[in-house]
Amino acid sequence: MPSQDRHINFALMRDRILGREKGNGYWRSLEEVADTEEFREFVSREFPQAAEEWDDPIERRTFLKLMGASLALAGLSGCSYQPPEKIVPYVRQPEEIVPGKALFYATAMQLGGVATGLLAKSNEGRPTKLEGNPEHPSSLGTTDVFAQASILDLYDPDRSQTLLFREEIRPWSGFLDDAKKALDSARARQGAGLRFLTETVTSPTLAAQLKAIFTEMPQARLHQYEPAGRGNAHAGAMLAFGQAVNTLYRFDQADRIFSIDSDFLSCGPGSLVYARDFMNRRRVEDGQHDMNRLYVVETTLTNTGAKADHRLPLRPSEMEGFVRAVAGALGVQLGAGGQGSGAGPYGWWAQVMVRDLQQSRGRSIIIPGDEQSPVIHALAHAMNAALGNVGKTVLYTDPIEAFPEDQTQSLRTLVADMNAGQVETLVILGGNPVYNAPADLGFGKSLEKVALRVHLSLYKDETSELCHWHIPEAHYLESWGDTRGHDGTATIIQPLIAPLYGGRSAHELLAVFSTQQNRSGYDLLRDYWSGQMKSGGASGARAQSAGQQSTAPTAQGATPGATTATTAGHSATGATESGGQSSNTSTTGAATAPETTPTTGASTASAAAPADFEKLWRKAVHDGFVPNTALPAKTVALRTDWANQTAPTAAPPPQGDELEIVFRTDPCVYDGRFANNGWLQELPKPLTKITWDNALMLSPTTANRFGLKNDIGVKGGDVLVSRANLTYQGRTLSAVPVWILPGQPDGVVTVHLGYGRRLAGRVGNGRGFNAYSIRTSDAPWANTGAHISNTGQYYDALATTQLHFGMENREVVRAHTLADYLKESGEAHAPDEEHKPGQEHSFYPEYDYKQDAAWGMTIDTTSCVGCNACVVACQSENNIPVVGPEQVKRSREMHWIRVDTYFKGDHDHPEAAEFMPVPCMHCENAPCEPVCPVHATVHDTEGLNVMVYNRCVGTRYCSNNCPYKVRRFNFLLYQDFNTPTYQLMRNPEVSVRSRGVMEKCTYCIQRIQVAKIESEKEGRPIGDGEVVTACQAVCPTQAIVFGNANDQKSRVAQLKRSRRNYGLLADLNTQPRTTYLSSLRNPNPEISGKA
Amino acid sequence: MPQIFHHSTNFLARLSIFGAVFILVAAVWVLAEINRSSWNTGQWTERQQPVQFSHKHHSGDDGIDCRYCHTSVETSSSAGMPSTQTCMNCHSQIWADSPYLEPVRESWRSGKPIEWTRVHDLPDYSYFNHSIHVNKGVGCSTCHGQVDEMPLMYQASSLQMEWCLECHREPERFVRPRSEVFNMAWRKENKTAAQIAEGKKLVADNHIRGPLALTSCSTCHR
Repeated sequence: MPSQDRHINFALMRDRILGREKGNGYWRSLEEVADTEEFREFVSREFPQAAEEWDDPIERRTFLKLMGASLALAGLSGCSYQPPEKIVPYVRQPEEIVPGKALFYATAMQLGGVATGLLAKSNEGRPTKLEGNPEHPSSLGTTDVFAQASILDLYDPDRSQTLLFREEIRPWSGFLDDAKKALDSARARQGAGLRFLTETVTSPTLAAQLKAIFTEMPQARLHQYEPAGRGNAHAGAMLAFGQAVNTLYRFDQADRIFSIDSDFLSCGPGSLVYARDFMNRRRVEDGQHDMNRLYVVETTLTNTGAKADHRLPLRPSEMEGFVRAVAGALGVQLGAGGQGSGAGPYGWWAQVMVRDLQQSRGRSIIIPGDEQSPVIHALAHAMNAALGNVGKTVLYTDPIEAFPEDQTQSLRTLVADMNAGQVETLVILGGNPVYNAPADLGFGKSLEKVALRVHLSLYKDETSELCHWHIPEAHYLESWGDTRGHDGTATIIQPLIAPLYGGRSAHELLAVFSTQQNRSGYDLLRDYWSGQMKSGGASGARAQSAGQQSTAPTAQGATPGATTATTAGHSATGATESGGQSSNTSTTGAATAPETTPTTGASTASAAAPADFEKLWRKAVHDGFVPNTALPAKTVALRTDWANQTAPTAAPPPQGDELEIVFRTDPCVYDGRFANNGWLQELPKPLTKITWDNALMLSPTTANRFGLKNDIGVKGGDVLVSRANLTYQGRTLSAVPVWILPGQPDGVVTVHLGYGRRLAGRVGNGRGFNAYSIRTSDAPWANTGAHISNTGQYYDALATTQLHFGMENREVVRAHTLADYLKESGEAHAPDEEHKPGQEHSFYPEYDYKQDAAWGMTIDTTSCVGCNACVVACQSENNIPVVGPEQVKRSREMHWIRVDTYFKGDHDHPEAAEFMPVPCMHCENAPCEPVCPVHATVHDTEGLNVMVYNRCVGTRYCSNNCPYKVRRFNFLLYQDFNTPTYQLMRNPEVSVRSRGVMEKCTYCIQRIQVAKIESEKEGRPIGDGEVVTACQAVCPTQAIVFGNANDQKSRVAQLKRSRRNYGLLADLNTQPRTTYLSSLRNPNPEISGKA
Repeated sequence: MPQIFHHSTNFLARLSIFGAVFILVAAVWVLAEINRSSWNTGQWTERQQPVQFSHKHHSGDDGIDCRYCHTSVETSSSAGMPSTQTCMNCHSQIWADSPYLEPVRESWRSGKPIEWTRVHDLPDYSYFNHSIHVNKGVGCSTCHGQVDEMPLMYQASSLQMEWCLECHREPERFVRPRSEVFNMAWRKENKTAAQIAEGKKLVADNHIRGPLALTSCSTCHR
């Protein structure tokens, strides 16, 4: 057990932070600050346990024997022939498919009912990569981590593959018979006893289907439930306006922003757009000299809080009082609730902020987090009104939800009805309520009282287990559908591939319970939109009659020839079956594509021409959304009596040893639906860098109070964290790990949902603890009354990358305030030149990179919000394997780009956190190259530091000599070469690496080569912006810029001339091609002076 | 006391030392030659195909252009293989009853593709792109040989990296005018001084990169 002196000494730590001179006072972790003997040892070992210990089950001797044998066999096997390969051409070549050329199709992923528009890359019919759809208003060409990783779900071999009745395999017709019986009995009673439970419905087609069912059977009911639903936002709008609204924010118009625990930069509807707009107002270049200013009050540190100019950690019980104080100061009538508890000790902070906000009337935003109470939402609406923001920076539209409602209440009603025996048939479309319903409702137990239970889901999960019928769901890349963007834009979901495991979509299952049985998802969708788009002669619309049965293969399957390529170079059609070049003609659900010439494509959008449905429909499918369907802004007035409704609702402040508890969705596995996604599981969570697990988040002081610790273990690699029992409302989480998080307010414990899955699949089963087991319906997000006790035990399986690949406390992060930056002259701020030794200090001959392109990258640390999308995009683009928690613990994670987090200031209340994405720097004087004994890493003429996998013998000297620690070694056979579906997923343009070779960021060389070849064929130079790396493409804030640094007009060359440009560890004379732009913040002098 | 070793032992010692060196060098040489041999590379070996398709007949006798079947050779990394439909364009009319073409008709009837045996099989870590070679003036026959004289297709080159590098180091030796790319009869290599001079001019005109860029690892490997 760890000895006392190794524990973090907080008093000593504070002194160290204050006394630090190096690195501008930035630190990565509490352990680093504590700077114990163990920590130093940990850092000095590059790979903590690998080098010096052999703790695999196989003994060293056995290993050597095996190695000897395999070496001999390897020599022999080298003489064998490569097995002959087959070439399988099409029988009928589809016109638009050119072997070797990828096609892009517009589609969309929805999360919580909100779409992210996507362009899915298809290599010979296999979707391989997802990019944002630049024209989609909720994407603007970028995606979040969930959309990036969702392609792994498509190919997940753990997905449910067969229709089951009580664990027995049954045919679809068997289900239809059963459903028909239930339906007949329900019809006889006008639908009484028939219930549908869905996640948030925004899909226009699904809504129309449901409405048709409810028209036929008025007694049937819909319930919606999502554990991370936006019920509070809905209730807040009802409180303030008496009607449901959708709130949109115009961050491009806002100078001052006050976020009330809203993580609008990295999650939630519209976050991609908000992050882009927000950061565009913080770029101090191109003649722009001012920045917006962000004030954040929040509980647990989020990415938004980390980027704030001023952040105040508040306990949930203090939140409403603080907001009321701010609202009062802004002149909002507070009515019955009054000032509440007031802003307490932070009154001065609130006053300063209020003055600042008032100076930006009509150009400010107050944005409440979805998890905040309805009262806070109502107060935020009132404050925005008082500041004159409504109609300028804050817009209201009708809700995007088809059936806006309080989802917790909806589920509560369903449970009550189930208990009362009023539910005979329950159809659950997606979702996993048995796992994620509030614990106090006892959903699972009530569910068993329903006579017929049907569950449609991607996985055979906890809910499927309790249902009679489990129907495998088709992934969104396998089925037709529609949804809405954050602004209401109707978005078409187009399949890229026929269902791998024969799944069905929600539309198809719902059709079974309507009068349109057995219609394909495509027909249902097209029929709905033909009705919507028919404003003139909708000649292309198929006649639609109720009860039409189309069991034969649908017509669109036979019309691939009708499709053509498009203006943008990515044409849209349906899916060929998986088999690469195989000519499987089942182009299930093939659709569409645009007209041959750009002109017709554009003109069909105009309503002036007689609306030809076929053209409009093809354009909508091609573009991925229906034009001009964003919901119009509407005027809503505050209810006259709203203030009287807002009695204080905050939980009472904690008494004695009580703690406040906060529930949040996990930044990686969300509400648990992504639990079986290895990319997301292994993604280091922003700020904590925990992978594969969740933990109780406590502030350093609170943890100290209970004697809970995070330690570096004796082995020099283990991170040992205390285990604690958490009791809340009579329910207990036993012996769960504790993580000490800087910036967490004292007396608050935060738990993340989505872990502790029992039936997620091989990846997600049994990881972490299930926080839903203590979550209750009355306080889904925060409450008082949690108790923690120290078990005295330690958890040694926590895999966190926080300490991995440290750059030994050198000056890594550079940050200035805007005022300082503008004050200083150009010369004083050429930080890159400060320490940089000249080329003459190198032993190696100089190479002239001027004759070719010189690829380079800049990463703007001002703009980076630490969302991790680049990490997953890189993983998807470059066939990077998942290694598993055991290997992550040994610092063997394979991500080519990592996002380092640096805190600044006091460990309890860090004043800032900076994010720093670190890919390979492609040094011109690369330290990795001279140490390689086999020339496996060398330079090419354009300055890329290339890795030759075939030459690599695995000495790892290069990694040892890399000051940035960006090289990754395949210690074991991490790549899954055998699972057939994963073979379909891989990017065919990138070598798949096996055991024993080093790999690292290539600057997406496959994309460079494609652009180079295309430009050379056309006899022109590569244009700026023609090569876009995967990380750059996905970055919501455009923090990453890549291009030819020799082209003085290129964006990257311009940025490299910026005063903010600096090379990481440039004093080592590595001449990195990747450079950073220092971080700028715009603090309010009245606050920063005082703090 | 007599000598333990006879005087000739010195010779034996020298012989075994030099012999060892010789054997070592010889062994390396033999291995290298085995590696280069067609036994290893598969060069010159005709592959049996499901249909006895003759390039000699179609390309040589009938004069059908390469691009009629290999449609994407100028635009894509892959030259493209003809679909069954391409065969049937002609063979629904001529030789429509030939027993040799039964597999083609079977494929056309059943919708099941013909599975050809790959002749030119580069390792997966080499990313060869047909279109850029064709556009820069590398002829089909430079790599694939006199296809119009091959009744059954075989691999005319070793496809080893040293063979690739011959041209990547000195493209002027192999490059030809773009108009002659699909000409099977064009000379295999520029040998005379005049031909080399013409090659150099083509290298400049077609903006073919210098040998340093062409031999960068990243040109072919990713």
